[in-house]
Amino acid sequence: MAAKATREAFGEALVALGEKNPSIVALDADLSKSTMTAAFAKKFPKRHFDFGIAEQNMIGAAAGLALSGKIPFAASFACFLVGRLEPIRIAVAYNDSNVKLVGTHAGLGIGEDGTSQMGLEDVGALRSLPGMVILQPADAVETVQAVEWAAEHRGPVYLRLTRQKMEDVHAPDYKFEAGKADVLWTSEGASHFQATIFASGGPVPQALAAARDLRSRGFHARLVNCCSLAPFDSDAVARAAQDSERLVCVEDHNVVGALGSAVCEAAASRGLGVPVVRLGTRSFGESATAAELYEKYGLSADHIIEACLRPLG
Amino acid sequence: MPVESARDLTSLTRQMRVDIIRMIEAAGSGHPGGSLSVIDLLAVLYGRVLKHDPANPGWQERDRLILSKGHACPALYCAMAYAGYFPRERLMTLRKLGSPLQGHPDRKRLPGIEFSSGSLGQGLSAGLGMALAAKLEGKPWRTYVILGDGELQEGQCWEAFMAAPKFGLDNLVAVVDFNNGQIDGPVSEVMPIEPLAEKLKAFGWSVQTIDGHDLDRIEACLRAAAAAEEGHPQAVIAKTIKGKGVSFMENNIAWHGSAPKKAEADRAVAEILGGR
Repeated sequence: MAAKATREAFGEALVALGEKNPSIVALDADLSKSTMTAAFAKKFPKRHFDFGIAEQNMIGAAAGLALSGKIPFAASFACFLVGRLEPIRIAVAYNDSNVKLVGTHAGLGIGEDGTSQMGLEDVGALRSLPGMVILQPADAVETVQAVEWAAEHRGPVYLRLTRQKMEDVHAPDYKFEAGKADVLWTSEGASHFQATIFASGGPVPQALAAARDLRSRGFHARLVNCCSLAPFDSDAVARAAQDSERLVCVEDHNVVGALGSAVCEAAASRGLGVPVVRLGTRSFGESATAAELYEKYGLSADHIIEACLRPLG
Repeated sequence: MPVESARDLTSLTRQMRVDIIRMIEAAGSGHPGGSLSVIDLLAVLYGRVLKHDPANPGWQERDRLILSKGHACPALYCAMAYAGYFPRERLMTLRKLGSPLQGHPDRKRLPGIEFSSGSLGQGLSAGLGMALAAKLEGKPWRTYVILGDGELQEGQCWEAFMAAPKFGLDNLVAVVDFNNGQIDGPVSEVMPIEPLAEKLKAFGWSVQTIDGHDLDRIEACLRAAAAAEEGHPQAVIAKTIKGKGVSFMENNIAWHGSAPKKAEADRAVAEILGGR
C-alpha cells in the first residue's frame, strides 16, 4: 500500500464513520483542508461546522454538542488545539464530554512551517488531564482503527496525527487495542536484547529501520509501537525490562511529558532498574524538511542505533 | 414549595436571598455579591420560563441553562432547590466534603447542572454547541446562558458572540448579569466592556436591556427572547446591583467573594425579611 499521512487516513475514516453514524459531526478552525475533514464537510455539509480561527470556541462548542448527544471530532493543528488548554481542561476533561480532539501536523514533522506550527508539548499537557485518552497511530491501518475506537468510546479522546506520509508498518489484519502496545518487530531467535525500542507516531519508520539495521550488525533489538499513550501499557515496559539491557524511547515530541516520561514512570514505579534513553526534542524546532529535522534533532535511524549501543554514562 | 405554584415570586426571591446568605455563612466562603445580583433572573427562569422536569433532570426535551458565571452558584442551587431538584436542607451542605453543591457547579455531582462552569468565559461556547445540537435535531428546546459582565473580558466570549449569528442560533439566549462589579473593582474601571448593547448588536444579536430585579419585566423579556424565530441569537442585558437586598453588601466589592460572619448574616437576613 502506498504511504499515507495519518491525517489522510483519519479524513477517510471519518467519512466512512459519518455514513454509519449520524451522530458524528466535525468541527474545524479554518484548517479543514489540512486536517483532512474537508471530505466530511463536502459529504455532510450540515454536520460540519467551521468556527474560523477561534479554537477556544470550537472546543467549547464541541463540548456542548457532545453533552447534547453528538459525537464531535474537533480538529486543528496539534499546537493550536492543545494551546487552548483551559477549555480542554474544563469543557472537555472536567465535564467528561464525549469530544474527540484531533491534533494534526504533530511535532517536527510539519517541517518548513517551523517552530510556531509545531506541537511538541501537546501530549505532555494532556497526559495530566484525568480521563483523557491519547492515541498516536503509526500508519493508516492503525489510524482507521483508532478513529473507529474513538467514536465508539464514550469520553474524551485526543488523536495525534502526522502531516508527513507514513509507510504501513502493520499488516491489514492488525487489531488495535486501546491501552496496549504492540510489538512491531523482534530480532528473530533472540532471547536477550541490547535494546527494546519504544516508539510512537512520526519516527516509527526510523525506529523500524534502526531495529533491522542493528540485526544486520549482529545486535538484537525489539521494537514496541505505542499508539496508546494514555492509558499507557506499563506491562509492556515490565516485559521488555526482563530481557533488555536498556529501553530506548523515540518520539516526535519533547522528551518531557509524553512517551519517554511514561516509560520512565512505568520503570521507576515498578522498580525495574533498567536504563532508559529518551530521544525527542529538548528545545524548540526550526524550518527545514521533516527528514532534515529528524536528522538534526536526533530521530533518524542512525541516531536510534547509536542510542541503542552507546555506553551508558 | 415549587416556584410554579407560588403566587408571589417576590416573597420567594426574598426567601432565596435569605438562603443564599445562610448557606454562604455556613460554608464560611463563597460569593454573596454576584449571587444576590443574579437570583431574580434565576428565580424567574426556573419558576416561570424554563421547560424542565426537576424529577427527571435528563429529560431530552428540556431547555438547557448554563450558569457561566459559576461563582454565583449559591443562587443557582437555591433556584434549583425551590424548583424541586433536591431538598432545601441540602443547601446548607454548600462547599462541604462530599456535597453535590460544589464551590462552582459540577454537572457530574449534581443532576440538573448542564455544564460544569466557573472557569470564566466558557459557558457561551458550550451553550452554542447545545443550541447547534437542537438545530441539527430540529428540536424546539432552548439554551440559556447566564454570563457575568466582568466575564465578558474573556476573549472566548467574543468568539462565541461572533459564531452564534453565523449558525442562525435563534434558540440561544445569553443573559448578562450586569452588576458592574468584579474582584479588583468596578468593571468600568478594571476593563470597560461598554457600550455592550451596541457591541452585541454589531455582532448580529438581538438585544434587550432591562432592570434585572424587576421580576415581571424579566419574565416578559425572556418570553419574548424565547419566542424569537428570525435567526438572530437573543441577548438580554440585565442591569443589576451586586449584593442586591442587603444594604451593606450593595455595590460593595468587598462582598464579591467573602462570607458573612454570624452577626453580619443575621443583620442581612433581618434586612431582607424586613423588606417584606
